[in-house]
Amino acid sequence: MVCLILGVPLAWVLARAEFPGRRLVRALVTVPLVLPPVVGGVALLLVFGRRGLLGGWLDQTFGVSLPFTTAGVVVAEAFVAMPFLVIAVEGALRGADARYEEAAATLGATRWTAFRRVTLPLIAPGVAAGAVLCWARALGEFGATITFAGNFPGRTQTMPLAVYLALEQDVDAAIVLSLVLLAVSVGILAALRDKWVAA
Amino acid sequence: MTLAATLKIKRAGFTLDVELTAAPGEVVALLGPNGAGKTTSLRALAGLLPLDDGQIVLDGVRLDRLAPEQRRIGVVFQDYLLFPHLSALDNVAFGPRCRGAPRAEARQQAQGWLARVGLAEHVRKKPRQLSGGQAQRVALARALAAEPRMLLLDEPLAALDARTRLDTRAQLRGHLTAFPGATILVTHDPLDALMLADRLVIIEDGRVVQTGDAATITAQPRTDYVARLVGLNLYRGQASGFGVRLPDGFELVTATQQTGEVFVAFPPSAVALYPARPDGSPRNTWPATVSTVSRHGDALRVELTGPVPVAADVTPAAAVHLGLEPGRELWATVKATEVRAYRA
Repeated sequence: MVCLILGVPLAWVLARAEFPGRRLVRALVTVPLVLPPVVGGVALLLVFGRRGLLGGWLDQTFGVSLPFTTAGVVVAEAFVAMPFLVIAVEGALRGADARYEEAAATLGATRWTAFRRVTLPLIAPGVAAGAVLCWARALGEFGATITFAGNFPGRTQTMPLAVYLALEQDVDAAIVLSLVLLAVSVGILAALRDKWVAA
Repeated sequence: MTLAATLKIKRAGFTLDVELTAAPGEVVALLGPNGAGKTTSLRALAGLLPLDDGQIVLDGVRLDRLAPEQRRIGVVFQDYLLFPHLSALDNVAFGPRCRGAPRAEARQQAQGWLARVGLAEHVRKKPRQLSGGQAQRVALARALAAEPRMLLLDEPLAALDARTRLDTRAQLRGHLTAFPGATILVTHDPLDALMLADRLVIIEDGRVVQTGDAATITAQPRTDYVARLVGLNLYRGQASGFGVRLPDGFELVTATQQTGEVFVAFPPSAVALYPARPDGSPRNTWPATVSTVSRHGDALRVELTGPVPVAADVTPAAAVHLGLEPGRELWATVKATEVRAYRA
């Protein structure tokens, strides 16, 4: 969800707007793709940690601290998974004809209306594919989460972390958890594929 | 809803500098060769291209600083750009919806517009299920449904085949007559321009080279492009009395007296060709060499080189008699009464 809300506008900016430093922004967005997730987690700690670049300020001004909280899990997974969405949506946007937005504008549509009623439906398959990829990546995310958010059962423990932990104590539980994860993933992917790719 | 616009746009290797006016209800055709700046002018009027200089005033209101969605200028694009994911009805309802009409009311208006263009039974179809002519009419209905103050049409008939074109042109003429605002129509087809427009503006190389009604422009072209368009031989020269001296020294005799810079025009059908120098009457006689021969309606269009390049129309029978082929040397004559001279 976070990825959709942040990622689609970001992709639109990258695909449609011309501004200096666009290459740099694109590079920054895609960095998590090549970064080992643990390094991504460390980077997040450096930025949002209590003594980090933004973390200290956030803590003092809002009393908000991200690391080792449920919100931290969301941030970590979004950080790692968003590039998949941004890349997919940007590609779809580039493929879509910008002149449809112009046609909408001559009919009185504001940019936002044109995007919502014309562009978004046109790139819906791309957005859907990006969202599925993004979600799949987030589900399997391990390194950045454990580094940035830790592993507190009930608060920041995700399924892969639970599996890892269970593997050391109770192999059977680990296998059951893994199977559940596998079944859910396959089920959802199959359903989404049918719905979006067929349409 | 009077339009007065000065459009100046600079691009690498191309400068557009065009003045346009249009009265309410008037249909103005922008006519010109490819790359002359017709579509650029249209996009500038619609606000899809920023002006480097100049202004656009519609009804005393400056539009050139407004975003396209605030200008209320309807556009029918060359390839229509119907939204592929919406039905014909929702395409047409898009404009009213953007103006804040509730969905049901917008659809009702759209239904009315589609009925007016004769597509009442196609409302549910997606654009890809429509024929070219139908898509064109949906695009027109969509532009009109947004209640624009001015209408712009970019090559509205170019994508249609010959048969559909004829019907669609007649219908389009009717809709344009009914539209109360000014209409600007871009085309490179002179027939479309003559049939649809009240006034023609000829653009070449980003500049207006001639404006006027169809009769004036067809009778007195001022550039080679316009002359070819209306099928006339055109020259520019210095007149003194009945004679007009062309830049390369050749002199044409006309029926009217003129002085100073003039254009001289005569139709290809006024040129007669002879295998040998003819005796007697025609004052304009010169040796010429055939360069190309092509079909032109029922006749053959012969391009000749010589002291003046000229196009002549001959009947197929005469062509056989003359033994027309590239390189053949002939004599060309034009009667002085067929040659019109007018001020440059």
